[in-house]
Amino acid sequence: MKLTLKGARVIDPASGIDRVTDLHLAAGRIVGLDAHPDFHAEKVLELSGKWLLPGLVDIGAQLREPGPRYKGSLESESAAALAGGYTRVAVRPDTSPVLDSASQVRTLHDRAQEVNGVRVVPLGALTQGLEGRLLANMAGLQGAGCVALTNLRRPLADARVLRRCLEYAATHDIPVHFQAQEAALAAGGCAHEGALASRLGLPGIPESAETTALAQWLLLIEQTGVRAHLAHLSTARGLEMVSEAKARGLPVTCDVTMAQLHWTDATLAGFDANFHLEPPLRSEADRQALRRGVADGRIDAIVSGHLPHEQAAKLAPFAASEPGMSSLETVWALGQALVDEGVLDPLTLAARLALGPARVLGQGGGGLAAGEAADLAVFDPEAEWTPGAETLRSAGLNTPLLGQPLKGRAILTLVEGDIRHSGFL
Amino acid sequence: MIDPASRPGTPAQVQLGDDGRLRHFIDIEGLPKALLTEILDTADSFRGVQEAQVKKVPLLRGKTVANLFFENSTRTRATFELAAKRLSADVLNLDIKTSSTAKGETLLDTLQNLEAMQADAFVVRHSDSGAAHFIASQVTPRVAIINAGDGRHAHPTQAMLDMLTIRRHKGDFSRLRVAIVGDILHSRVARSQILALNTLGAAEVRVVAPRTLLPVDVEALGCRVFTRLHEGLAGVDVVIALRLQKERMDGALLPSEGEFYRHYGLTRDSLAWAHPEAIVMHPGPINRGVEIESAVADGSRSVILDQVTNGIAVRMAVLSMAVSGQTREREQRRQESQL
Repeated sequence: MKLTLKGARVIDPASGIDRVTDLHLAAGRIVGLDAHPDFHAEKVLELSGKWLLPGLVDIGAQLREPGPRYKGSLESESAAALAGGYTRVAVRPDTSPVLDSASQVRTLHDRAQEVNGVRVVPLGALTQGLEGRLLANMAGLQGAGCVALTNLRRPLADARVLRRCLEYAATHDIPVHFQAQEAALAAGGCAHEGALASRLGLPGIPESAETTALAQWLLLIEQTGVRAHLAHLSTARGLEMVSEAKARGLPVTCDVTMAQLHWTDATLAGFDANFHLEPPLRSEADRQALRRGVADGRIDAIVSGHLPHEQAAKLAPFAASEPGMSSLETVWALGQALVDEGVLDPLTLAARLALGPARVLGQGGGGLAAGEAADLAVFDPEAEWTPGAETLRSAGLNTPLLGQPLKGRAILTLVEGDIRHSGFL
Repeated sequence: MIDPASRPGTPAQVQLGDDGRLRHFIDIEGLPKALLTEILDTADSFRGVQEAQVKKVPLLRGKTVANLFFENSTRTRATFELAAKRLSADVLNLDIKTSSTAKGETLLDTLQNLEAMQADAFVVRHSDSGAAHFIASQVTPRVAIINAGDGRHAHPTQAMLDMLTIRRHKGDFSRLRVAIVGDILHSRVARSQILALNTLGAAEVRVVAPRTLLPVDVEALGCRVFTRLHEGLAGVDVVIALRLQKERMDGALLPSEGEFYRHYGLTRDSLAWAHPEAIVMHPGPINRGVEIESAVADGSRSVILDQVTNGIAVRMAVLSMAVSGQTREREQRRQESQL
């Protein structure tokens, strides 16, 4: 179908365009911007006052398949992604069973086809069962469609296994994603090690849990030449280390979760288990440093860290609750809040939420150039809404934003020109 | 059941009613000096009851107090039981073993079942920091929750019995220097003591320990940090030794009990650094020859057994105050619903 999206503020980080204009689509592709006298749209959507961006791209969300249904399904979580303005989501391998074989990946791919929602891009397991001892069938996983491999925060048996993983991944030119945490230093911890955790008696996770792991990885990345993505940075010092590595020309990128840009360990005061996250919410100084990193581009992407849970998972004392937050649907509103606070301009926000993560995944997208697949999201920056059981698509209501009024929401999400989410208009 | 949108408040918000009176007792933090003093005064009055021929008052007659111990305890549970019985309450003792894999469901189910039995107060001990707060704010807000120790977070009745002991021996807090010695890192007792001493206006609170047994940024709690015993004890009026658990050696926190005793043990020699009239306290149970020398524990300056006696009085005070706070609120709700 030939479609014109008329009169929106078009924000394209790939070209740097940020102005009110029209965008034309045909056959699932972007035809172009501005007036096209020869283009005869079958349908015109009037979008004045709305923001039109490339569809958002996420790295490392948990969409709960395969896995227990009480925590969510691809149907619920894909709908959540689309409602959040996402068109492409790279999913974590710590599913049940683990995504460590080509057949698991193919099954997931089939399910994604069946659900026909957001584009699902698998991240495969770096080691068998994510157990950190034996290499996963990396080339097989790549062949089945994994864009990268990761062990998430799960520890590797030792530095030798780590080195071999990176060498083997480099052999096949498979990027490796990594959440920096030295397991022994983080053991038993559930909160940022600082004055507040000390007062509340919550076992801490020190900054050095992130930085010592980063140091080891960066040295082995340099030695092996593997392409690497450092996910969910949480500390100022960690960001410094990654920035230095980038400056030295190492093939690394990095991301931060939206939560880290918004909250700090001050949220611990009420023992609210919804703030039990991995990595833990850090200090105000860390938050400010990460905000600067996002603004100046040292951080390539802002990600959701989406990890939906059933209610019971959070109904426990803080440390006994399961970490994680359901967040795909609220990232945009928090991103807009960063714009309102003057941390980012809209183009930079779009760059960190769409273009940056798209480049990390290396499958294209993230821009609005003619000829590109029409993966788009339209946001109403004025929409006021409140996350709750009736308004969220995700099976997980585990967000501290429940019941909190927010501003800004996706009203239209198109995947390859197909309107897969429309609402709240 | 539970409203997913309800957000837990801070301990201070949860444990005080709209009228500023106690309805739970979870944490010292956020409680005003007047309220801590009220607890001490009430406890003082119950000391008289303990010394009487008939050691009972009818304040909680017809009420039920359930002791829920998710973690082992002999002494604390016994003194809570005695306190409840001296207030004429019926007492239910439940030892609930939790495996490390047990999730919130178990805790929730247990508590909701007990709530259905119409208990008026839960005395809760749990190995997770924030457990009592979690129960009071999100599970059974209408049952008075008395925190008998949660993880490393708080042990407020222990802190208050210590305050009562200090007040009875030393009077005014404003001139007192107090040193807490030993495993501060894992100690809920130390955290509550530091907060209580600050609220009550103690001149100086010190903690003395090797760096492996000190929480990060512990100064922010309101104390001065010393890593050498003779400096930490210099001139203090009150010395509180903490119990050292044997498993600390396995956690690579200390080389040996012997080395700890040599550097941080409270002995007749080390006590000489303190004020000549300094009193010696310990929350018990004592490891003789590990954190304290027998001659000090049993000596004339030791008030350790006083602490136990005061423990019953303080627990009587807190139970009666929180249960009456809940009863008042219930009465208010009943009246409001009739209007």
